[in-house]
Amino acid sequence: MDENNVILDTKQYIVVKLDGEQYGIDISYVDNIVRMQKPTRVPKTQHYFKGVINLRGEIIPVMSLRLKFGLCDTEETNATRIIIIKTEANAKLGIVVDEVREVVTLSENDVEKTSFDAGKEDQSSLIGVGKVTDSLISLLNIQSLLNDIDND
Amino acid sequence: MRSDRYLRLPRPLNDRQGCIKMDLSQYLEIFIDESKEHLQTLNDQVLILEAEPENEDTINEIFRAAHSLKGMAGTMGFKRMQKLTHDLENVFSEIRNKTMSVTPDLVDVVFKSIDAIESYVGNIQENADEGSEDNEEIIALLNACLNGGINAPDIPDEDDEGDVVVIAQPEAPKAAAEAASSPDDEKKKFKKLPLADHEKNAIKEAQAAGKHVFGVTVYIQQTCILKAARAFLVFKGLEAVGEIIKSEPSVQDIEDEKFEFDFSLFIITEKSQADIHKIVMDVSEIEDSFEEEIDLSTAVSTVDESKEEASKDEGTKSDGGKAQPASQGAGGAKKTEKKTEKKAVVNRSVRVDIEKLDDLMNQVSELITAKNGLVSASATVEKQQGFNEQIEYLERITTNIHESVMKVRMVPIESVVNRFPRMIRDLSKKLGKEMELIMSGEETELDRTVIDEIGDPLMHMLRNAADHGLESTLERIQKGKPQMGTIRLDAYQDGNNVTIEVSDDGAGIDVEKVKASAVAKGHITEEQAEFMSDKEAVDLLFRPAFSTAEKISDVSGRGVGLDVVKNKIESLGGDVEVQSKLGEGTTFIVRLPLTLAIIQALMVEIRDEKYAIPLNSIVTVEDVPVTDIKYVQSNEVINLRDMVIPLIRLDEILDSEPKEEEPENLVVVIVKKGDKQAGLVIDNLIGQQEIVIKPLGKYINIPKMISGATILGDGEVALIIDSNTLV
Repeated sequence: MDENNVILDTKQYIVVKLDGEQYGIDISYVDNIVRMQKPTRVPKTQHYFKGVINLRGEIIPVMSLRLKFGLCDTEETNATRIIIIKTEANAKLGIVVDEVREVVTLSENDVEKTSFDAGKEDQSSLIGVGKVTDSLISLLNIQSLLNDIDND
Repeated sequence: MRSDRYLRLPRPLNDRQGCIKMDLSQYLEIFIDESKEHLQTLNDQVLILEAEPENEDTINEIFRAAHSLKGMAGTMGFKRMQKLTHDLENVFSEIRNKTMSVTPDLVDVVFKSIDAIESYVGNIQENADEGSEDNEEIIALLNACLNGGINAPDIPDEDDEGDVVVIAQPEAPKAAAEAASSPDDEKKKFKKLPLADHEKNAIKEAQAAGKHVFGVTVYIQQTCILKAARAFLVFKGLEAVGEIIKSEPSVQDIEDEKFEFDFSLFIITEKSQADIHKIVMDVSEIEDSFEEEIDLSTAVSTVDESKEEASKDEGTKSDGGKAQPASQGAGGAKKTEKKTEKKAVVNRSVRVDIEKLDDLMNQVSELITAKNGLVSASATVEKQQGFNEQIEYLERITTNIHESVMKVRMVPIESVVNRFPRMIRDLSKKLGKEMELIMSGEETELDRTVIDEIGDPLMHMLRNAADHGLESTLERIQKGKPQMGTIRLDAYQDGNNVTIEVSDDGAGIDVEKVKASAVAKGHITEEQAEFMSDKEAVDLLFRPAFSTAEKISDVSGRGVGLDVVKNKIESLGGDVEVQSKLGEGTTFIVRLPLTLAIIQALMVEIRDEKYAIPLNSIVTVEDVPVTDIKYVQSNEVINLRDMVIPLIRLDEILDSEPKEEEPENLVVVIVKKGDKQAGLVIDNLIGQQEIVIKPLGKYINIPKMISGATILGDGEVALIIDSNTLV
């Protein structure tokens, strides 16, 4: 990683596509990106969980970001990927996205905070909106997403 | 706390510097383990002593344990613990000398001291520090006991002198006395050691510089288990005051415990011979030490008269300490010698960090997964001659490795249950009920991880039995029962499970009272209560926040109770059941799996999904014609060998896709939980397989009937069905 980025207080985001929109995931949460594989269904779980997969001997639950966001489910394509999120030592979670596009580096200046309600920042599903040349990227608040899942 | 439990001895002389700075933390583990052993001995033996106050073997045993504890605490520099154990030891020395007798009050004080020592050890285990509690009260009580005795006055004097050597090592005076009375050249083995030229030169140089050079031969007690550790402490102590130029056997051999019970060394030091002797004898479990200044001209054969004098001097000096400890020491030593023959060959075990075993277990899991992969791959490739044979061979080996690793991880439940007799004794006093604990099957083994977790639930059940189970002594007399209540703890292996039963011969569970209480607390309605079977009612006890005790006592019955026990046991993959007869007693039956990580399972298919059902809960697999299904209260049942067994449609429970048409015959897996059975309806049998249980990960909610997942040979994930939750 470029050292200058750290000094300028920048962050890198993985840009993914979901239902035509672009979302950014803080790269520090990302452990791995793998091709879609058929998950084993787990009965009676949260509706947005597709099941569990085997990633090199480890069993990892996989959720659909589409279903979580209340979008309709689509057919998997060749571009469908699972982003493996790693939070604590033993907690990994797979997130299914339509497509992984690129990695962008955003400095704080490039990020427009979502300030609908400053007090509720933790609960908001977005950290803010990032501006890259001519497009906008919604930056996902992974921590609040995880907290949200925990409470379901 | 350090997790490295390897024994390390000082490296050969060149990197000695490092060793001098090394602290005792490496030996903390050993210290803690040994202390706990001694504490357990104390607890056990004092219990015996309470019953048989005259039992001399017991008194000796207690004395020895207290003495060892004191020596160890001293070596490790835990002054408070040393002080307390010292006073405890004094009490027992009086008892042993028959100048004091064992009274119930005394036993109470002794138990208090043991508890206090336990808390020191607990502190040391957590913080590597004994804490700041002086326990003056207990020490005062001990001293009061001593002063109540006849022959006490000598003891406190010793403290004032602060002469720890004499106190800590009663063997020393005896040894020194021996040294004074008979020539000990025989024992000075270093005299027979040849010195190389460069060693001689080093000695000459040192002596020219005005330093002393001593030859030292150290004898370790033959009962000592960790000779290498003791030897290390000797080396460490000596290296702090001088330079060891040679040792026999070599440091490497000593490190590997390749020596009998003695070793010799040469040290260059500025200290006196007495100082060296003191340093060596300060290490516990050292039988004796002989040292002598080396005079190169006479080193090989002649005895240096003046040094002999010094040795005598020292002998008389320590002898002058107190005559009494000396005689105790002799007694202790004699006793030790008697035991020697039995214990000398004990050294066949290795201490291994549990983390390393976990690692090993994980590797074996991986191996089995890989093996399963190979097995399933072999089904698709063209069969080559010998290929199948080799795969079968591999399967046998992996299964054997798994079993061996499992065995290594097994620990007898004794290590958990041995504290219970003491607990019941205390409870008996506290509750004012007469009771005894009878245990059997303490040698039954369980996986280490299970052992670590099972203590609390068992303790809870025992407390429950003592407090709620047993009636008061008066009540028992009125009912014509034996005055003394009996609590039993029986453990035994039962196939792939270990069963532990905790039973009492008390009043039993009053089902009506339980129901009434449940209704009052709003757990169930009155109608429900009316139609509830006794067994269901008893199961109410496992609901959260349920206690029938009318008054809350200190011992149990705060409402946090059996539900916690049940949860814990279930989290270990086991289950718990209650049997009770009103007026006759209650039995809690705990079943635990032998191992947690790898199990034999039956692989089944439901639609196109694969599931694993643990083999140990399966009774049989039956083909049932659809026409045999009967209905009881609109639930499907089958009648199998005169048993009515409810059918559970797994596809419905697991939300599988609906089946297109019902086949004529159903494949039913009959599973059991305790004496209850149920039939699980599946589509197809795949076969038996050894599977590795893996957790499903955080975040995803899993239903209770799924206990985990496993990775199949082809890399696919299959869920494991916990049939216990379905029956």
